[in-house]
Amino acid sequence: MQPSAHTAGTAPVPRLAAHFASLEVQNHAARLGMWLFLSTEVLLFAGVFVLYAVNRYLFPQAYVEASKLLDLTLGTVNTVVLITSSLTAALAVHYAKEGQNRKVAIMFALTLLMAVGFLVIKAFEYQHKFHEGLLPGHHYFGSVQLAGMPNYFAVYFLATGLHAFHVCVGMGVLTWLMIRAIRTPNLGPNNYTAVELGSMYWHLVDLVWIFLYPLLYLV
Amino acid sequence: MTPSSSTTADGALPVPGDHHDEHHHDHPSYLVDGTTVRSWLLTVDHKRIGLMYLVWILLFFLVGGIFAMAIRLEMLTPGPTIMDAMTYNRTFTLHGIIMIFLFMIPAIPAVFGNFVLPLMLGAKDVAFPKLNLASLYIYLAGAFLALWGMINGGLDTGWTFYAPYSTHTTTTVAPVLFGAFIIGFSSIATGLNFIVTVHTMRAPGITWFKMPLFVWAIYATSCIQVLATPVIGLLLVIVTGERIFGFGLFDPARGGDPVLFQHLFWFYSHPAVYIMVLPAFGVMSEIVATYSRKNVFGYRAVAYSSLGIAFVGFFVWGHHMFVSGQSTFDAGMFGVLTMLVGVFTAIKVFNWVGTVYKGAVDFKTPFAYFCGFLFFTVFGGMTGIAVAAVSLDVHWHDTYFVVAHFHFIMVGATIMAFLAAIHYWFPKMFGRTYHEGWGLVSAALIILGFNATFIPQFLLGNYGMPRRYFEYPERYQALNVASTAGASLLAFGFVIIAIYLTYALFYGKVSGQNPWRSKGYEWLSASPPPTHNFVGPQPTYPEEPHLYVDPKKAEVPDAA
Repeated sequence: MQPSAHTAGTAPVPRLAAHFASLEVQNHAARLGMWLFLSTEVLLFAGVFVLYAVNRYLFPQAYVEASKLLDLTLGTVNTVVLITSSLTAALAVHYAKEGQNRKVAIMFALTLLMAVGFLVIKAFEYQHKFHEGLLPGHHYFGSVQLAGMPNYFAVYFLATGLHAFHVCVGMGVLTWLMIRAIRTPNLGPNNYTAVELGSMYWHLVDLVWIFLYPLLYLV
Repeated sequence: MTPSSSTTADGALPVPGDHHDEHHHDHPSYLVDGTTVRSWLLTVDHKRIGLMYLVWILLFFLVGGIFAMAIRLEMLTPGPTIMDAMTYNRTFTLHGIIMIFLFMIPAIPAVFGNFVLPLMLGAKDVAFPKLNLASLYIYLAGAFLALWGMINGGLDTGWTFYAPYSTHTTTTVAPVLFGAFIIGFSSIATGLNFIVTVHTMRAPGITWFKMPLFVWAIYATSCIQVLATPVIGLLLVIVTGERIFGFGLFDPARGGDPVLFQHLFWFYSHPAVYIMVLPAFGVMSEIVATYSRKNVFGYRAVAYSSLGIAFVGFFVWGHHMFVSGQSTFDAGMFGVLTMLVGVFTAIKVFNWVGTVYKGAVDFKTPFAYFCGFLFFTVFGGMTGIAVAAVSLDVHWHDTYFVVAHFHFIMVGATIMAFLAAIHYWFPKMFGRTYHEGWGLVSAALIILGFNATFIPQFLLGNYGMPRRYFEYPERYQALNVASTAGASLLAFGFVIIAIYLTYALFYGKVSGQNPWRSKGYEWLSASPPPTHNFVGPQPTYPEEPHLYVDPKKAEVPDAA
């Protein structure tokens, strides 16, 4: 990054908080903080993956059968949608560095649109599961009666529900960034950390799904 | 908010007291820089946040202590003494939850870490001051939700929430679980903040190996907080889900695996023990140097062993499950790995003792606590090695031996360090000193009381008395009475401390900047420090921390 915090020629500079030595340090701190936060998220989902691994080991047959009851087409479409949304989020960072605030807002709008699409498809999938009785624990009344089926759907709803919650949080963050890019269009080569961090979070949400998709759909 | 406070915030019409200070002292201390309620509640100053944490943590310590006394009173006689069995179950559960989640985990990092860590790094504040304030309110939100659940029913699962009992009991589990879940966020926020602060906020001249050892310890603690806490967060969500949706993931009746719960639980909760005790080690590294007038022996060894404990601490959780149907091989592995923690702890102990050796010991209250701490750490640590041996643990598992062991190492060490830290940094925080005589008397009472409480419990456990039982056979009574008597002594010691520290807060002798003549970096600024910690240019740090040139001659502490 250019250490041109004081020259401030073309691009406006974000506010330097009083307790930081320089803008560079401030940005470094923000980025490090975000990476640490992402590591906590990784550990959170690591717990989910452990839960999945142990239960799949306990019920190998049920996990194969249950995964066949998921809608592979919708799952695949959702995967494509989410990966594409990560591309637009990355492009938003690119445009933020170039100071093209309008394009940043457009990219985030596209990302949000795909996020909504993801959630709508997910909602249809959930609704279908509810109808078929493919529910967690003792609520299960599906047609395939096999030990471990309720267990699979407990893991399924826990994992995808937790992921969907993260999608919602990410949407909140990106909406805030989008509104900021419209209202105070001062993003530029020295002022893009916030956009970068928001985008990083979105990539993590995406990455978690990239693991969940094969684990749940492609058994 | 009162109208006057809101105008102060705008800077339009300051209250007279503030105005006075602004003009006569350019840099008022953090205690008087803004005197409205709002200036405290919405502060982003790490020192004020640390102080607010201190107030709440002491309050919760009192509540947990009252529960502890209730347990000891109930154990006074073999049958029911002051409560029924269900109340007893709730009492020991609430004692555990309050002491662990509300007191010990945040105690040293959130109070003293917040207060002195930026000072030790020559920083004006932590990296994310607003997040720091948020962590306090998240902590309080979680604490009050948990307390609300305790008042409205309470739960009887023990602090470990073991499934499937916790998913089936009719007592109030969910609010307390959710409270603990929320407190987890506060813990993560604090840890994250400290890691970033250490990485980015060190003053010029403070390299990694010129950081005070307290900073190293807090850094290692923060790594555990950030990496382990999310896992218990997930687990608490699942248990809540079990209760609401009936997942059955941990219910053996429906094919679930209850041992999986224990794995996930201890993956956090064992490292959590090091969240409690590593900061205590850090405090003691500072205190042993200051009061021996000597540089810490083996600085790097002490620093690295903090990281070593944090690292190894992630691979020992299975020693809680020696009798849960774990394979013999796993049990052996976890046993050996657990003993590695003992190696790292021993490195520290030897270095502390090496520091005292040939030092000019100034036997003040914090040093008295250091002596108690050394005893509890060694004795508690050695019994830890003993229970890590699988063959012995099968006999001791779930007996009072384990209770006494973890109270020695985890509670004993942490309480010693917490009290030592309060006394050591009291002048730093408030600019006043306490009464040394009463300090030594109460330290003696507390150390004796602690031993008298828990040494009988070691014996009880060895004779086979199980933990958490409401009634016991006649033959265990004498030792239980001894333990309760010890607990009373302990409580008496705390009452004395509360009285003389409260007195010192208002009427204590004004201490000056550095009453201990400590070489710690935090004493380079005024006591109490101004809001931005340092007046004028940042201090430079040409020397290592804790550098005492000649303990006997050059820097004899003043006799007063």
